[in-house]
Amino acid sequence: MATTKRTVEVELSTTGVDAQGRPQRVPLAVDESGNVLTLAAPAQIEPELEGEHMLINIGPQHPATHGVLRLVLELDGETVVRCIPHIGYLHCGFEKMGEYRQYNQIIPYTDREDYLNSPGNNVAFALGAEMLFGIEITERCKVLRVMLCEMSRIISHLVWLGTTCIDIGAYTPFLWAFQQREKIYELFEAWIGARLTTTFTRVGGMGADIPDGWLEGLTAFTHNFPKVVDEIDRIITRNGIWVGRTVGLGVMSPEEAVNYGLSGPMVRASGVAFDVRRDFPYLDYETYDFDVPVGTNGDVYDRFLIRMEELRQSTRILEQTIKRLPDGPVNVNDHRVVLPPKSKATSDMESMIHHFKQVMEGPRPPIGECYVAVESPKGEKGYYMVSDGSPKPVRWRIRPPSFVNLSAIPRMVEGHLLSDVIAINASIDIVMGEIDR
Amino acid sequence: MSNDPGKPTFTPVIAGSAIASGDPAGLPVTRKNVAHRGGDVNPSAGALKEAFGAAVRRVDVVWGETTVYVDMARAHDVIQWLHDDASQRYDYLSDVTAVEFRDLEQPIEVVWHLRSLPYRRFIRIKAQIERGQKLEAPSVWDIYRGADWLERECYDMFGLRFVGHPDLRRLLMWEQYKEGYPLRKDFPARGRFSRSEQLRQALAANPEARYSKEELSIADAFEDLPDDMKRRLGTGERVGE
Repeated sequence: MATTKRTVEVELSTTGVDAQGRPQRVPLAVDESGNVLTLAAPAQIEPELEGEHMLINIGPQHPATHGVLRLVLELDGETVVRCIPHIGYLHCGFEKMGEYRQYNQIIPYTDREDYLNSPGNNVAFALGAEMLFGIEITERCKVLRVMLCEMSRIISHLVWLGTTCIDIGAYTPFLWAFQQREKIYELFEAWIGARLTTTFTRVGGMGADIPDGWLEGLTAFTHNFPKVVDEIDRIITRNGIWVGRTVGLGVMSPEEAVNYGLSGPMVRASGVAFDVRRDFPYLDYETYDFDVPVGTNGDVYDRFLIRMEELRQSTRILEQTIKRLPDGPVNVNDHRVVLPPKSKATSDMESMIHHFKQVMEGPRPPIGECYVAVESPKGEKGYYMVSDGSPKPVRWRIRPPSFVNLSAIPRMVEGHLLSDVIAINASIDIVMGEIDR
Repeated sequence: MSNDPGKPTFTPVIAGSAIASGDPAGLPVTRKNVAHRGGDVNPSAGALKEAFGAAVRRVDVVWGETTVYVDMARAHDVIQWLHDDASQRYDYLSDVTAVEFRDLEQPIEVVWHLRSLPYRRFIRIKAQIERGQKLEAPSVWDIYRGADWLERECYDMFGLRFVGHPDLRRLLMWEQYKEGYPLRKDFPARGRFSRSEQLRQALAANPEARYSKEELSIADAFEDLPDDMKRRLGTGERVGE
């Protein structure tokens, strides 16, 4: 196991400021007259444990496994010797069902795999299908999609932050994070109509343009949100308990992280600057000004720092999208793939034919295949689609980032304590819907 | 790492040290107006042809992505070379999967998606299995640890055996799953068995009550159990009904 030595300056039990305005440091226990108490641990008799290893089963129904994950652990005392994960409890066969659906009909399935990042998955799938059809989307659509991706990245990281705080024992940041998440969901509701399962992109465009006055809401969010991030930063980044429970856990070296196929914040925490938005750009991400945060130690604490910084960077990208959003149509002007407006479909003969053909048969992409990857909040999310020229894909493969990230958990937890398994598992940011599909 | 797969010296892309990152003109940009066929070929394809000769059967460029068809027997060598060679450095395995076509005359394809993080390249390696041949492919677990679950899932869904994988078991379906391999084209979308039979088998599987012999050996617990419990755990029977 790689050893890490790092120093994080922590604040211990700061309860207020003294007369000079300096933070007051109060010891953990004082008696009525203010004297420091020394707490002696009660004498305990060490039980006879010998060297026998113990089998512990965590999950599948356990709140700290973030879904239906089952970990079978071999313990030596409290130290994990081996970890055998079991998955598949949520397997629904999305890939199989996709082979019986037209491309636009698959989009609802993408909501339900990584359900914290539904709009991001919709965008990823639409990008893949458009590559397969050979469609170039409009400029306005590109910017709107970047908006969707970054908003859902913020949501996903906020849920991660909140639930991880609870796993490790902090409750307040959870409430702050979920309050902000609600603000984005309100924006989604105003634009999309749905909150969790959005199904909002179409092959060749979007379900709808943004409503009037919607951008003001987003501007207000980007204005207020960094303050909340700073506040969460202040309450936990240098908090002694938080630091103590995250530093030095689940360390992956850069070579290992790449070799295990980790992606997203997991690989960046290890010091590898691999970000699909930067290295294999899509949606003109190379024209946005944002930084890719990179960690140094590859432990749980670094993964937390990376995600905090990504919240700020996503806000930066959102500000730029508001400024540059061009006018123009959202959907491509090709009614062989994009449905004509409903009003025309009921009044205009040609539009009705297009509508009928698309709904009953579905548009046909040429024979070919493509692998389109995007940077989802969890990492590299790829859709591999193979077409044989029929309206339904021959193969629709999801490359789930948290599936590959989770597969490294036996490596990450070995040698750590049982209680640290929860922190390490939380740091991977798993969504079982995406892992089991 | 116990048996280090990256034999040559390997430096990951650290922020600010990536090749071509200092030069704004060398930074990658979003692909636009990609042609269906043809276009720029990934230079690694030419290098592969030179290094492996006839084992590289065909190079296709579809939607701007280079696909290299290789002999199944040499697939492992090809991927190992791509990983190790200093001018290629495909150090990241994105995905391992298989494709079966609706036209049952077409061979089943095993697909590896590789990325070279230092050179920012993407390549698709394919090997074909003709009809009637054994469904087997070489495992790349010894090159990329990330292949572990990807290969297990592919085995689970297609019945494709990855030779050399240390622990090839079902991953998403439970171990006693009897219906076959769900992503094969001869597998009906609603399953092979009737709904009631599927339900009966799924309830009887009770995977939480089942520990593998390997897991039970951890605690030496198996030998201490009463005989009937041993028998029930061994068959994965539902306990407590």
